[in-house]
Amino acid sequence: MPAVSKGDGMRGLAVFISDIRNCKSKEAEIKRINKELANIRSKFKGDKALDGYSKKKYVCKLLFIFLLGHDIDFGHMEAVNLLSSNKYTEKQIGYLFISVLVNSNSDLIRLINNGIKNDLASRNPTFMNLALHCIANVGSREMAEAFASQIPSILVAGDTMDSVKQSAALCLLRLNRMCPDLVPMGEWTARVVHLLNDQHLGVVTAATSLITNLAQKSPDDFKTAVALSVARLSRIVTSAAIDLQDYTYYFVAAPWLSVKLLRLLQCYPPPEDAALRSRLTECLETILNKAQEPPKSKKVQHSNAKNAILFEAISLIILYDSEPTLLVRACNQLGQFLQHRETNLRYLALESMCTLASSEFSHEAVKTHIDTVINALKTERDVSVRQRAVDLLYAMCDRSNAKQIVAEMLSYLETADYSIREEIVLKVAILAEKYAVDYTWYVDTILNLIRMAGDHVSEEVWYRVIQIVINRDEVQGYAAKTVFEVGRKLIPYQLKACGGYILGEFGNLIAGDSRSSPLVQFNLLHSKFHLCSVPTRALLLSAYIKFINLFPEIKTTIQDVLRSDSQLRNADVELQQRAVEYLRLSSIASTDILATVLEEMPPFPERESSILAKLKKKKGPGGHLPDIDDARRNVNGSTESSENAEASKKGSAHPFTDLLNVSSPPPATNSLLVDVFSDISKPAALEVCEENFSRFVCKNNGVIYEDQLLQIGLKSEYRQNLGRIYVFYGNKTSTQFVCFSSSVTSQDTLTPPQLNVHSKTVDPVIEGGAQVQQIINIECLSDFTDAPVLDISFRYGGTLQNIGVKLPVMLNKFFQPTEMTSQDFFQRWKQLGAPQQEVQKIFKAQHPMDTEVTKAKIIGFGAALLEGVDPNPTNFVGAGVIHTKSTQVGCLLRLEPNPQAEMYRLTLRTSRESVSQRLCDLLSEQF
Amino acid sequence: MKQKLPLLDSITLIDIYIRFMLLFSRQGKLRLQKWYVPLSDKEKKKITRELVQTVLARKPKMCSFLEWRDLKIVYKRYASLYFCCAIEDQDNELITLEIIHRYVELLDKYFGSVCELDIIFNFEKAYFILDEFLLGGEAQETSKKNVLKAIEQADLLQEVRLLNDIDVGTKAVSY
Repeated sequence: MPAVSKGDGMRGLAVFISDIRNCKSKEAEIKRINKELANIRSKFKGDKALDGYSKKKYVCKLLFIFLLGHDIDFGHMEAVNLLSSNKYTEKQIGYLFISVLVNSNSDLIRLINNGIKNDLASRNPTFMNLALHCIANVGSREMAEAFASQIPSILVAGDTMDSVKQSAALCLLRLNRMCPDLVPMGEWTARVVHLLNDQHLGVVTAATSLITNLAQKSPDDFKTAVALSVARLSRIVTSAAIDLQDYTYYFVAAPWLSVKLLRLLQCYPPPEDAALRSRLTECLETILNKAQEPPKSKKVQHSNAKNAILFEAISLIILYDSEPTLLVRACNQLGQFLQHRETNLRYLALESMCTLASSEFSHEAVKTHIDTVINALKTERDVSVRQRAVDLLYAMCDRSNAKQIVAEMLSYLETADYSIREEIVLKVAILAEKYAVDYTWYVDTILNLIRMAGDHVSEEVWYRVIQIVINRDEVQGYAAKTVFEVGRKLIPYQLKACGGYILGEFGNLIAGDSRSSPLVQFNLLHSKFHLCSVPTRALLLSAYIKFINLFPEIKTTIQDVLRSDSQLRNADVELQQRAVEYLRLSSIASTDILATVLEEMPPFPERESSILAKLKKKKGPGGHLPDIDDARRNVNGSTESSENAEASKKGSAHPFTDLLNVSSPPPATNSLLVDVFSDISKPAALEVCEENFSRFVCKNNGVIYEDQLLQIGLKSEYRQNLGRIYVFYGNKTSTQFVCFSSSVTSQDTLTPPQLNVHSKTVDPVIEGGAQVQQIINIECLSDFTDAPVLDISFRYGGTLQNIGVKLPVMLNKFFQPTEMTSQDFFQRWKQLGAPQQEVQKIFKAQHPMDTEVTKAKIIGFGAALLEGVDPNPTNFVGAGVIHTKSTQVGCLLRLEPNPQAEMYRLTLRTSRESVSQRLCDLLSEQF
Repeated sequence: MKQKLPLLDSITLIDIYIRFMLLFSRQGKLRLQKWYVPLSDKEKKKITRELVQTVLARKPKMCSFLEWRDLKIVYKRYASLYFCCAIEDQDNELITLEIIHRYVELLDKYFGSVCELDIIFNFEKAYFILDEFLLGGEAQETSKKNVLKAIEQADLLQEVRLLNDIDVGTKAVSY
């Protein structure tokens, strides 16, 4: 038992906790718990009604058991009952149990909400606070639905107690974060800003968080917050510490509020008003000045609180990026911290400096600290601090210090923690590429990197070396020589593979030297062949066939190798296939053909370095990465335009992938060569679903799209050249979709529009199980082929869903049936006899050849079915007019089934070739 | 069936200052947990296990911040207890460290030089104090006086109730 037991001290609870603590083993503990659970269960089930105190005690015990890590499957009802107790402590335990144990989807949510409702309405501030705390801590959608509209008025009402205001502000903040759609904006928002002026600093502290959140969402509505926060901040930073009484923390005035105010200001650009701006600058200067003053206390809390404000101020200065003096001062201040004895400060200084390095005003100032940072890399004992040092070196790197930084990073790599090696490898590779002045340095650096880091070198790194070597003539000989030299040592497989590729391409450049004659090169590559992995061996085989082309003199040696059982009968299919094919190729192809097939690789089209892409993926967006365009200019100063790259994409993608990427089929996800060709800058084109498209040719209603989340149904009506589609989106889940939007895009934008499509906007939220409707109006301007696409996007459980559905709007939808006699029909038929007016198709039946179904389909297609017109009764003829805005096109059709052969012949005659063609295509797919 | 947000989504996407706060002992026993992001019990246990392990493995002089998944963990050890908060990368680490300290001060003041046992035996009080101080993952009231005033008022209400109970008790005996 503890010496102090405040409050009521539920004795039973204390005894129980003591018992648990005295248990000698896990089994004993479980036994004791089970005994208690049985006891509580019987009490809850018993006939005797429990008084509030017992109920509270047992609920508390359950809570304790839960917090020990055991599951609790009863007692929720009793906890909810406690909410309606008029005794504060019982209520409080009830709320605690709920906020710890009740999931938002609990069945009890209605009862809980009822309890909350009563307490909110009680006008008893302590009860109201409990209820608000519960909403703010649980923050579920159901609670938001029930209370979101009520809380703003509590917050801004004149007679609300300060403590309730604080709870209400944060409660509203929580709801606005979880379910922004449910919090009504309105006249309260204007009043909430003025809470920044409130007398009570606690209210200001709570309200500032709320206002920051609101300002992030709709900055324009909360613009006045800027002036108010500057005023408030100014009063705080210039106040004598004691002025703020209990809001002073270790001689620092209101540190939490100051940080919050500085964060709020970060939602806005620097104030335009000169007076306001200078007042803010004064504040920031004061904060910087205070950092230079001798500390008022030796306590770490004092310096932490002071520096928390300082770092937040520096963040604001960096964000504004417009005041060179402040930026340089900030940089100097951080420079001092770099050598501070507090690890925390060194860590934060390295981190903040990273952002400063990207500002043109402070980049040079940051660079002056290079030695300190390098020293940190070598001496810091904490890996997270060293990681920050690596980041900073990377950020401050430019042409002037690249060699030094790359060398330091490389030497650090040898001792670096495994957890950060891969990232350092990527960074070194990027910097070496970006700031390479001469390529021998680049090749040396990267090969060194691969040799040292071995397993931490991702494929991208050595793929990239190959790309660069292939694209730069001047480096090829040097690269071949270097890989040959390092190849004689024990090397990681990446280097072996890389060496194989380079020698296979450029081995001839060093073959003149007898020390690296063709045979020596080949023996070098082949020496550890059997120890290599399958992908490396596959790559080496490709290098061998390349050698046959480069060095005919060792052809027989290589053929012998390819012919050996260990190749031709290799258990691995890929290796076996390569051996067989290469051997065959080398035996039957003439030298000319060999030379063509095995020609040197064409230059790679320039794309974003995939290493950079990989690092970005690792670090997420917003990392401070060297400029990509720069990187291209410097290393691969290629003149190829992107169109060229695009053009060569189709032609050359496959041979490349084939050579490097063993595990074909080609588009393996982690293969760089595929990666290089794919357009990284653009998200993958949305795949358009047209699965059900053709089913709508002859009908207007039905389900066009369905997956696990969403069902899309259509109802459409057409009259002449106008159409209207009712689209129904059904949420199949029980969770709402938010940010729902759907719009219609025309597939080809090059030609003048053939369709005029207007879609009404849809409600951005679809509740679970609910359906919303969207109306799309369509006008057909001229005859067309491509259907418009419905682009749908929404968030489901935090992930963005994108769906493209081809809308079944086809030319035949604008058909008007025309009845005519047999004579008329054949007269017109003859008139439309020109070869370009008729389109005919003979095709096999896809469905049983049922006469009634066929009739229904022709009617569904839109034409009038003309009975008794064709002399052959088994044939079907139809007639109609296609309405577009510009013209009307008369159409005649004839369908001749041949049941024996299960074939049809379909003939379309219209005055326009394109119309005949399109209608024939559409209708022929229906039978 | 309601579907839960995938673990990382919910903890990183929902923009809350303090995502969760954990108190655990040097032996790795969890003493208090406060989750401001909605997670399933399974996810909470997984995170707790992972973090306790990581933090306990760190040496005394190391810095108080560490990157963990997409978040930053700010932690500090007081005697046998570790206090640990998860915040976002851009959030202010130092002020979070002082959030922890202020909470420790509040516990200390309330219990009178607090020790691990106080928190074990009066875990509900530890929660009540936390709720007055932090709400929905944000600092609600940073004044020590104001927080303790609120808690003491509640205790006062409790004592009144206790007296009533005792009255009832004596009556029962006199029967």
